[in-house]
Amino acid sequence: MRLYEHEGKKLAQSFGIAIPKGQMTESWDEAKNAAKNLRYPLALKAQVLSGGRGKRGGIRFCDEEKDLEASVKEMLSEKIDQLEINSILIEEKLDIEKEYYVGITSDEGRKKNVIILSESGGINVEEAAASGKVKKKYTDIAYGLPGYKAKEISKDIGLSGKALMGFSNIISRLYQLYMQYDATIAEINPLVLTTDGSIVAVDMRIDIDDDALFRQKDKLISMGIQIREERGREPTPLEMKAKKVDEIDHRGVAGRFVEFDGDIGLIIGGGGASLCIFDSIRNYGGKPANYCEIGGNPTVSKLKGLTKLLLTKPGIKGIGVITNVLSNTRVDLIARAVILAFMELEIDIQTFPIIFRSAGSYEKDGYKILEKYGIKYFNRTHSMDEAAKHVVSMVREIGGK
Amino acid sequence: MSILVDENSRIIIQGITGRDATTMSKEMMEYGANVVGGVTPGKEGLEVHGIPVYDCVKDAVASSSANASVVSVPPAFAKDAILESVENGIKVMLVLTERIPRQDVIEAIEFANSHGVYMIGPNSGGIISPGKTRLGYLGGNEIHRTFFQGPVGIMSRSGGMTTEIANLLTVEGLGQSTAVSIGGDPIIGMTYVDYLKLFEKDPETQGIVLYGEPGGMKEESAAEFIKGGGFSKPVVAFFGGKFVDDMPGKRFGHASVIVQGDSGSIKKKTRALKEGGVAVVETYSEIAPIMKKLLNR
Repeated sequence: MRLYEHEGKKLAQSFGIAIPKGQMTESWDEAKNAAKNLRYPLALKAQVLSGGRGKRGGIRFCDEEKDLEASVKEMLSEKIDQLEINSILIEEKLDIEKEYYVGITSDEGRKKNVIILSESGGINVEEAAASGKVKKKYTDIAYGLPGYKAKEISKDIGLSGKALMGFSNIISRLYQLYMQYDATIAEINPLVLTTDGSIVAVDMRIDIDDDALFRQKDKLISMGIQIREERGREPTPLEMKAKKVDEIDHRGVAGRFVEFDGDIGLIIGGGGASLCIFDSIRNYGGKPANYCEIGGNPTVSKLKGLTKLLLTKPGIKGIGVITNVLSNTRVDLIARAVILAFMELEIDIQTFPIIFRSAGSYEKDGYKILEKYGIKYFNRTHSMDEAAKHVVSMVREIGGK
Repeated sequence: MSILVDENSRIIIQGITGRDATTMSKEMMEYGANVVGGVTPGKEGLEVHGIPVYDCVKDAVASSSANASVVSVPPAFAKDAILESVENGIKVMLVLTERIPRQDVIEAIEFANSHGVYMIGPNSGGIISPGKTRLGYLGGNEIHRTFFQGPVGIMSRSGGMTTEIANLLTVEGLGQSTAVSIGGDPIIGMTYVDYLKLFEKDPETQGIVLYGEPGGMKEESAAEFIKGGGFSKPVVAFFGGKFVDDMPGKRFGHASVIVQGDSGSIKKKTRALKEGGVAVVETYSEIAPIMKKLLNR
């Protein structure tokens, strides 16, 4: 779960990291009042969960009071990455001597946490982690981040004296925040050395591990941070319906669903196979209507619900029920669910373009059902790729219902 | 031969009384796996399909000389289960649990590494050395139709694709030495390079199929290792999720499948593997024929 800048700053402040003086506002009235307590020039920062906001008008500066109203009102009516700007963080603009980058994340290759420090701000953490130009220190969970390591890395980027002590102090505090909140990314970008020698976190990015929310939830809520599950764009109505289908019960998964504007409905699984099948459909020139994953042996009612959603999506011309050789999810349950969906919607499954390719767990029972209803199927001697090719050509030839 | 697990693996199941773990234990035993004990705290004295259940790994190991463990406990308890097994001398550990907090995984790996323990996963589907033993879910109840003993090793970031690739090879008459689902998470215990080192030394293994996905640097590391001469046998690689290259910043499937800018793209991974002399096949149907050719069969 990615935190908004102002939420990240709230956490940083609670760990004793200095942030610019400022206030959150959601309207012109609030902004006007907030500005009374602040010293110009001001920075107006749109609170959206989108990277590179500065390049897209998400950060503006206001030198004088007379410019404030227009800037605030304009900003609140705009969108960044299709995300509405509902709130603005108004802060005092600092006199900057130099900008730095500090980030903490986990390194997949070393399987350790890594502190990244760079003399230039304005890069993102992924670039920083991959770059050779930055300074890095890896930590052991058992020993944490000892003070000397924080000083070493500060020295590595050329700091000395008071600045060195100040930076290493902030790095240590950021590391504590990172560990105590199960962050996957804790980044101050830029960390600023001001002309009067103070060190201030001008922007913060904190991502909390979704898989650790069970133990972070209460702490976050007590800090005034709401738990949000979705990230990126708003889910489409069909995606929301698919999520409801997946929540019918707790057995297996049948609703990790992303909608696309194609005409071939996909009931595919599991995690890796879904990626492969989606590739195959595209490779043969087909247009998938969705990406989904089924796995963990979902119930008939969930699978049926998913099939019905796809069959009723406007413009659907064919259905591909394609899985890898299954270890857990049962072939017969998938077959039964798909047939039930067609029956309940009164669509003739014998004339509708559909291909079924599955094998593994309870395959004999599954094939028996499919044969009874005259549905064309592929077994384990045909690859998923062949099944994908087949459904694409069926849709092309028959053209749908 | 084979790698990591074979008929000498004496296996305990942590979390054995869970619904899925109970079924899995039965399927493992039916395949001939030597399951010697189970652990569920508070349930000592029970039996699951004739397997004695203990409160602590310590007692399970003491009474059975277990040397391998399957971790199938809820995410919040997974780190504890792993540390417990490491502490009690387990040498090979398969972690099936999905969605373990990132910091717990890092801590568990650190501890396992410091004790020289081989940790497969987390978020693995299992490992199987056909004809000898199986740990985890791979193969389900139709396992004999999917896997048989032979010369090809499989390592895959997806459990389902491990089974699927084994089936492709089996249909073409190519058996497998060991097939392992390495785990779908960004941070996992053993990665391709660790397995390659073991496959290199295994006389039964004559070639490897590598299944990769977008995101991270694991395939690039494998490519570098192979290029540097670390692995001398033929490797065929196949990628799922090529479409993700066109949708940067979006997450599909496994937690690790995400492309950020150029980083983690299949294009980049393919280039790296090809430079390492790996046969990267475009479609999935080519895996078995190309492997056959490389093995002169």
